[in-house]
Amino acid sequence: MSYSDYEVVIGLEVHSELKTKSKIYCSCSTEFGGEPNTHCCPICTGMPGTLPVLNEKVAEYAIRAGLATQCKINKFSKQDRKNYFYPDLPKAYQVSQYDLPLCYEGEIEIKVKDEVKKIGITRIHIEEDAGKLIHESGEGSLVDYNRCGIPLIEIVSEPDLRSSEEVRAYMEKLRTILLYTDVSDCKMNEGSLRCDINLSVRKKGATELGTRTEMKNMNSFNFAVKAVEYEARRQIRVLESGGTVVQETRRWDEAKGITVSMRSKEEAHDYRYFPEPDLMPIVTPEEKIEAIRKTLPELPDSRINRYVGEYGLKEKDAELIAASRSMADYFQAAAHKTKNIKGAANWIITEVFYRLNEDEKEQASIPFQPEFLAEMVNLIEDGTISNRMAKQVFEKMWSTGQTPSTIVEESGMKQISDDDELSKLAVEVIQKNPKAVQDYLSGKQAAIQALMGQMMKITKGKANPKKVIDLLKDQLAKLN
Amino acid sequence: MDDEMLYKKTAHELKDLLKSKQVSSEEIVKNFYDRIEQVDSKVKAYITLCKDKALDKAREVDKKRVDGQQLSPLAGIPIAVKDNMCTKGIKTTCASKILDNFVPPYNATVIENLYQNDMILLGKLNMDEFAMGSSTENSSHYPTHNPWNLERVPGGSSGGSAAAVAAHEAAFALGSDTGGSIRQPAHYCGVVGMKPTYGSVSRYGLVAFASSLDQIGPLTKDVEDMALALNVITGHDKMDSSSALIDYPDYTDALKQGVKGLKVALPKEYFEQGVQKEIKDKVLQAAKLLEKQGVIIEEVSMDLTQYALPAYYLISSAEASSNLARYDGIKYGYRAKNYDDLLDMYKQTRDEGFGKEVKRRIMLGTYALSSGYYDAYYKKAQQVRTLIKKDFDTLFDTYDCVLTPTGPTTAFKIGEKVDNPIEMYMNDICTVPVNIAGIPALSINCGFDNEGLPIGMQLIGKAFNESMLLRLAYAYEQNRVLDKNQPSL
Repeated sequence: MSYSDYEVVIGLEVHSELKTKSKIYCSCSTEFGGEPNTHCCPICTGMPGTLPVLNEKVAEYAIRAGLATQCKINKFSKQDRKNYFYPDLPKAYQVSQYDLPLCYEGEIEIKVKDEVKKIGITRIHIEEDAGKLIHESGEGSLVDYNRCGIPLIEIVSEPDLRSSEEVRAYMEKLRTILLYTDVSDCKMNEGSLRCDINLSVRKKGATELGTRTEMKNMNSFNFAVKAVEYEARRQIRVLESGGTVVQETRRWDEAKGITVSMRSKEEAHDYRYFPEPDLMPIVTPEEKIEAIRKTLPELPDSRINRYVGEYGLKEKDAELIAASRSMADYFQAAAHKTKNIKGAANWIITEVFYRLNEDEKEQASIPFQPEFLAEMVNLIEDGTISNRMAKQVFEKMWSTGQTPSTIVEESGMKQISDDDELSKLAVEVIQKNPKAVQDYLSGKQAAIQALMGQMMKITKGKANPKKVIDLLKDQLAKLN
Repeated sequence: MDDEMLYKKTAHELKDLLKSKQVSSEEIVKNFYDRIEQVDSKVKAYITLCKDKALDKAREVDKKRVDGQQLSPLAGIPIAVKDNMCTKGIKTTCASKILDNFVPPYNATVIENLYQNDMILLGKLNMDEFAMGSSTENSSHYPTHNPWNLERVPGGSSGGSAAAVAAHEAAFALGSDTGGSIRQPAHYCGVVGMKPTYGSVSRYGLVAFASSLDQIGPLTKDVEDMALALNVITGHDKMDSSSALIDYPDYTDALKQGVKGLKVALPKEYFEQGVQKEIKDKVLQAAKLLEKQGVIIEEVSMDLTQYALPAYYLISSAEASSNLARYDGIKYGYRAKNYDDLLDMYKQTRDEGFGKEVKRRIMLGTYALSSGYYDAYYKKAQQVRTLIKKDFDTLFDTYDCVLTPTGPTTAFKIGEKVDNPIEMYMNDICTVPVNIAGIPALSINCGFDNEGLPIGMQLIGKAFNESMLLRLAYAYEQNRVLDKNQPSL
């Protein structure tokens, strides 16, 4: 058998917590953490007689995510109850959306191995999160309702994904878009981004879909990728050995690196969806949709194109910068203040990235203003400081937050570019280093570096290196 | 002032006595508690009394009055509410074992409204468990008895509310009406009961039975009290998404507007299908009386009426199956003592905590929503609902009001129908179309049958036109001649 005879078909359901200040149906805080059961009230704990009132921001955020993924928006949308019993679900139903989601028929572009591919978005709907069970050692389990009623969007993709690489690319792209549109923090470790994976395999060339399994609650990109790879192989093995894939829900066991059956189709819940009678339909007129559209920032794809086309950045570099909105915004602010935009980009990709960890890149927690970076690049550009000096300046900027000109001024780091002064020094160095001069004159071009080193030693590194080379060559030419 | 007589007075009479300082709220409240002590062992209208709180509150209101503070018209008047409205710090059981120990940490919006108007809450009233029933026999506590005949049911599910008002155990009461639960007991107990338009009284804090049908309303001794009560409880509430954002009138304005030239429809379907002859007669006599005052009465046909009851039982049970799922023993209320695991805990808790009728509706509703059955039941019922709504809309293009019996029979004997759910459900045949359509309706006494049991007639009006019902009911009340006035307890 050969795995390459098969095609893997994957669809994702991504759940993302929205970063509204208050919960979806009450005014409780959505803040993460907090002592158990301190961010809840009679409404989000489903006490008898309480009623939900929709936080309008939730619909607005969902529509924003929809517009950023080219979705159509349902002007008439409704909420439905999804009924099932579980201790973390205090009403024993989750308010979600069934047949009229807020957003539908969208798409996003992903790039895998330099190939661009469109992945369809079936729908985006809003729903409430459930609480959390805490299984402590000792007797019984505890329930923390703080997370109950945190607003979520569920983004359902078409079964357009074909590999674990595409899954990763899709999730990363989605995450970038959600961060750009500012609708979610997408913190996987806090559970604000998680996904369910629907996966089936079929012989290449087949048109009908195979039987799928669902893997629930993957809360890391790496786990998702590993689960996809494992599950695809498992299904292929089952088929190759003459078996049939059973439609079921499976769980990724990270410790063992395998997926495990949770419940079969027969055991699946009948959620008995029906329209939530406590909430009115969500009516969104065209003007409101357009008003929300106006709040959308320029999205990464457009920025990458612009950075390459207008600024002449390499595509890889443009992608690196555009990966986070705050970093891209930082870069753009710096770009406005310098002619050497590529220079600014290089400093960000090398020195800035080197100093930030992944999380900080998203928040662009750089200790100085983008204008400072531009100013520093300009100082290199006009010869005030050398690249080598710039590294020291940058270091100082990072630790003190001072402007580059202040740093240059105070440390006297200014480059010596004065021709007369440098000529005098060049003559002096040539006189004191006859060996190197002789080597150079006899054809060893590299010998000039020794002279250059001497120049730098005398000037404590402040000499403008380009000028020094030129002047040394002039003087040496006179000797010839 | 003769204290003994205070409890017999209407709220508006008490209001005048309080205003002219002939009596204090404390005296009135004490008088009502004396009355309760005297008769409630027979009637069993109350589940919980809050005497200390009530007396404290009465003294506080009396002090405000002495201090010359501006007070609401009904300040100091003692009332009671059905036990499905959440009262902060006071047990709210819904007459169910599953909520036997439930003390809400919040007030229903209507309770807040009562308190803001300085009204005095005497206690919580008996009902059918979770408001499911037509006799108040489905109470986990005890059945309530009809003050007119203690062997008879008071109707339901707001049987405690109707009985308390009829037996003068509260100046007026609040009930809730999902399919007739205010009007039918009002009819059985000879009091005035109104189900206001869906959305005009906040449902926040009303323990849900069927969210799209539930509505709180008053049960009062007369129509003027009804207007005063509506003034207190209606209004927009931002805590309830289904609450209507409209200008709510002063309902007392409607009372004296007269009825000459108003057009009232008598739909013939409501006078068929096993409606007791005496009821038919009394309602038609009432129509005659209105005619004498210049009301134009015409017979009409509403041929969709027969579909209202099945549609109602599907929709209400479906919503109930979901609304009552939260009583799982995890967070509050009753939890079974012995169980093996989580699933078993759910099963035992709900099996022991819910009564027979509630379980029946949960099963019916769960079935109606199940995959494969949804379209045939729930969806179809919603379509019927739309048609019935339209039917009423069309009628209201021509008529100001619809007049029908409130129920097909007068109060039946306790125990008579407990084993026959279908017959029990038939009690709601005249009242459910109103809930299905979301419109207001009022029941008012229009006589007695030959056993001396009260007969109610139902006035149905256009959405948000409670005033029209009050106009007609008031005109009728001022001119009716009744054989009796008070139950002889």
